[in-house]
Amino acid sequence: MSKSHEWQRLCGGKAFEVAWRIPLIAWQAVFFIGPLLFMIIISFFLVKNYRMIEAFEFVNWFKMLQRATFWDSFGYTLLLASLSTVLVSIIAFPASYGLAFRVSSEGRRWAIFLLIVPFFTSYLVRIFSWYVVLAEAGPLNAVFGFIGLGPYTMLNTAFGSVVGYMTLTLPLVIILQTISLSNIDRRCIEAAYNLGCGVVRVILEVIVPMARTGLIVAALFCFILSFGDFVSPYYLGGSKPPTLPILIIDTTKSGQQWPRAAVIAVMMMLTLFSIAFSAIWYAYRKRVAS
Amino acid sequence: MDPRPITKWMFYGYIAIVFSFIFLPIIASVVFSFNSQRFPTVPLGTFSTVWYETILTDSDVWDAAKTSIIVALCTSVIATFIGFCTAYADYRYRFFGKSGFLALALLPPTIPLIIMALAMLAWFARMGISGQVWSVIAAHTVLTIPFAMAIIRLRLNDIDPQLEAAAWNLGATEWVAVRNIILPFSKPAIIASLCLTAAVSFDEFAVAWFVAGLNKTIPVLIMEIVTGNIDPQVNAIGSFVFLTSMTLVVLAQLLLMKRLGRKWRGR
Repeated sequence: MSKSHEWQRLCGGKAFEVAWRIPLIAWQAVFFIGPLLFMIIISFFLVKNYRMIEAFEFVNWFKMLQRATFWDSFGYTLLLASLSTVLVSIIAFPASYGLAFRVSSEGRRWAIFLLIVPFFTSYLVRIFSWYVVLAEAGPLNAVFGFIGLGPYTMLNTAFGSVVGYMTLTLPLVIILQTISLSNIDRRCIEAAYNLGCGVVRVILEVIVPMARTGLIVAALFCFILSFGDFVSPYYLGGSKPPTLPILIIDTTKSGQQWPRAAVIAVMMMLTLFSIAFSAIWYAYRKRVAS
Repeated sequence: MDPRPITKWMFYGYIAIVFSFIFLPIIASVVFSFNSQRFPTVPLGTFSTVWYETILTDSDVWDAAKTSIIVALCTSVIATFIGFCTAYADYRYRFFGKSGFLALALLPPTIPLIIMALAMLAWFARMGISGQVWSVIAAHTVLTIPFAMAIIRLRLNDIDPQLEAAAWNLGATEWVAVRNIILPFSKPAIIASLCLTAAVSFDEFAVAWFVAGLNKTIPVLIMEIVTGNIDPQVNAIGSFVFLTSMTLVVLAQLLLMKRLGRKWRGR
């Protein structure tokens, strides 16, 4: 007994406790925090003859923030991401509602199982598939043709971008909404029905307020993913005007203008942080007495 | 609560439509990969394996597949190791700065990939290790640690905390208790985490595209092929990619479902 205690004192205890934290802290410091901080720093660097030079100048910030094209794409990205967030939340809600209240718990578990699979399955190939399906002479227009409609131009439009965003975010939003809806105490819903509420009123005044946190978190994830995605607006939206992620790629890949790309990236982060914080504040705010 | 059968079927119909929207691109891609047309439309052309023959003789595809597999394997092992350590630290201890510690583990998915890609490109160039397989592995590990940590942490929730304490009382050191109690108990979650992190790494393209240099992974190769033209070869590569990542994700989920089935253990 005393021998094992001594052993424990040597390689257990405090050192043992701290050891479990070291791998994460070390790895994330070098490969996560380091790169992000460095990106902020290079936004003040200069570029001469296609080489970055260390400096502390605000040139890149002035150059980028004075450009009308930057603000055009900023506004457009914000608009597209908000549009996709609203649309996806609305389209997902009846499905999540059905899964939460009209399907057995076994069925719900399998539905979530099925939805997790595409979320982790090559987004790029799925977008390419849409690119073929939505093409001017593609299968969808051929089907429209049979019933005497179209052809419609669906590629290189905002519609194309939003279809892409939906492909990316719809599974996740349905999963999060379904989980938060099925956590609602059913007795409250039944009480509302017993007191004579109609379906619509129960949804708007009981279910949505009770699931508010989950619904907002789902919408927030949808916004973050859409705001940062470059594949949909590039391949399906035709990048006219380019969204901010496309602008980052163009700026990085042409002429080694990493500092200017860093300015765009920092602006994106600031936007996302302020939206995320206000959304979370709103989600967890104490419910106003009604 | 509104048990009318008609509304029930309306919901089923709606859910079916939404699910078909989600799975349509996957199914369409597999169908196109066996279709003879270069520009697929309805009615479909004839059954053909020509796109598969093209990719199987393409050395670029083989090289990319090799790189992808190496990256996915290394990423999954490192991320699962770090995820396990982090999950155990969170499970067992309270300490100063714990919320910051957890934020460090869980924040990466909330930062757009394109921003991570730019940041890592600049950082690796600065450290002189850009364009290597290792830089992709390092980056993918950051992106996948949260998934590994979450999966293993959930599993640890189900363990009876007195088991570990009992082992100490019987004279086991803390290391021995971890090795003989925590590790075996977490095994399904550890394997699930290996599968899921490998799948995420296998599909990731933004960071890999910026950081990989000449060591292209499969998604980066796909991106280069699709930029500008329709080439059904992508559908054939895509079918393999779908098969790989779906198998891994399904496997991971089945392992975790078994966990739910055995919930009585923790009670």
